[in-house]
Amino acid sequence: MEKTQNNKAWFLVLPVLVIVAFSAVIPLMTVVNYSVNDTFGNNQFFWAGLEWFEEMVTSNRLHEALGRQILFSAIILAIEVPLGIYIALNMPKSGFWASVCLVLMALPLLIPFNVVGTIWQIFGRVDIGLLGHYLAELGIDYNYTNDPLDAWITVIVMDVWHWTSLVALLCYAGLQSIPNAYYQAARVDQASRWAVFRYIELPKMAGVLLIAVLLRFMDSFMIYTEPFVVTGGGPGNSTTFLSIDLVKMAVGQFDLGPAAAFSIMYFLVILLVSWVFYTVMTNLDKEEGK
Amino acid sequence: MRLRGSALVMTLYLLFLLIPIYWLVNMSFKTNTEITSTFTLFPADFTIRNYVTILTDPSWYMGYVNSIIYVVMNTVISITVALPAAYAFSRYSFMGDKHLFFWLLTNRMAPPAVFALPFFQLYSSVGLFDTHIAVALAHCLFNVPLAVWILEGFMRGVPKEIDETAYIDGYSFGRFFVKIFMPLIASGIGVAAFFCFMFSWVELLLSRTLTSVNAKPIAATMTRTVSASGMDWGVLAAAGVLTIIPGALVIYFVRNYIAKGFALGRV
Repeated sequence: MEKTQNNKAWFLVLPVLVIVAFSAVIPLMTVVNYSVNDTFGNNQFFWAGLEWFEEMVTSNRLHEALGRQILFSAIILAIEVPLGIYIALNMPKSGFWASVCLVLMALPLLIPFNVVGTIWQIFGRVDIGLLGHYLAELGIDYNYTNDPLDAWITVIVMDVWHWTSLVALLCYAGLQSIPNAYYQAARVDQASRWAVFRYIELPKMAGVLLIAVLLRFMDSFMIYTEPFVVTGGGPGNSTTFLSIDLVKMAVGQFDLGPAAAFSIMYFLVILLVSWVFYTVMTNLDKEEGK
Repeated sequence: MRLRGSALVMTLYLLFLLIPIYWLVNMSFKTNTEITSTFTLFPADFTIRNYVTILTDPSWYMGYVNSIIYVVMNTVISITVALPAAYAFSRYSFMGDKHLFFWLLTNRMAPPAVFALPFFQLYSSVGLFDTHIAVALAHCLFNVPLAVWILEGFMRGVPKEIDETAYIDGYSFGRFFVKIFMPLIASGIGVAAFFCFMFSWVELLLSRTLTSVNAKPIAATMTRTVSASGMDWGVLAAAGVLTIIPGALVIYFVRNYIAKGFALGRV
């Protein structure tokens, strides 16, 4: 749509600007302030320069948390994206069953994060959980509170359970926008199932898939509540992801300086990824407009 | 034959989604002795005592009341400020509009963990700590951008000729916006409101950090029970079931828009 040039539109945006500035910019400034200062309490601050940043960049603890975080996000994306596409392709196209599927699939998305954690915490327990109980009966040694590998599997399966539907729903919406004529043309050309997917369905899903990947990456990158409730970051530090580590540092130990430096670097990563995404998306929008 | 395969895949997937929820519901109707001592697929000793505990104990049910208060406040604030802004983004180009739109997106992506401590200090220093409005404002951090993006997506679909015709007919901006434009994007407003409601409802980290007693949300009440010794599994499960219900109720009405909402209005 052709837009009118009008700088008075700023007045319409002003309320948003004020409220987001209050809840985003001011806190962020506090973080920046902490990151370059040292404090011994009583609101006395000493200039520390980039000390905290240096400390954090070379800190093993941060490296390990970052490593775990990247591994976790990579596994999540590698499972959820293909599975989500596969589910979307298998969903009924219309009618009663399509509605049923939509509603049931959306259900996990709307459960409070800590309840998701609680559900899986209970579900996986060997003594009272369905999953834990049957795994134990099968003779599989499974205990997510002691064994790091089991803890990882539990957290990953939980995330797949929680969020695959998001990818599937977005892909489904993309698939719905494909006119039937495309499929008919493919049938006339005797295209294989794979060709239909590769040359018709996948290009049409590209836009929504991009959003799905971005959202999944971002949300898994800042995951806090679910693993915190299930494993508390343990056993040891094996499921301590970036957010959990950060909260431990800031609220638990009150190491404000390092935590703030950590926050800023964390935020810059987010900013970078958001920017890449935004650029790609606006380019896609433009191409569609042509 | 292909249809059969699809049905099988979907059945398996839905089972995977529903079994953990079934287990939670199942546990919420059991007594604690049954939960810890025996293993039963259905409650042998069916009881609603867990629900009664929650609905009669103020420290439990006030959690729900607190959550609902700040969630509703947040939804109202978010939609009110987002409506004009989304209109501006969808209709006009102005200085810095693209940067501003992008900056909003980064706030949706911001990790709450980064903001937890600064929020705590900001709201403590202005005397809003442990109030509903503090949590509502804090959740604006991600809900206002979300609402702007969703609403902008819906508004793009409304032809601009409608605006122009209304102005020619002598409508003022305010009157046009309320009388003509808002009814046209009513479904968009509904969807945006639903998503604001939902994301505020499911969030725990900020709401827990910003409250202690008076405005403590249900989610925080639950985590406290988890960490206490001698866990009351039945009550915990029942509390969990009660938090799922609001989402499950509304989901039916927005099922056709749910993808659009999650995609920030970009489907």
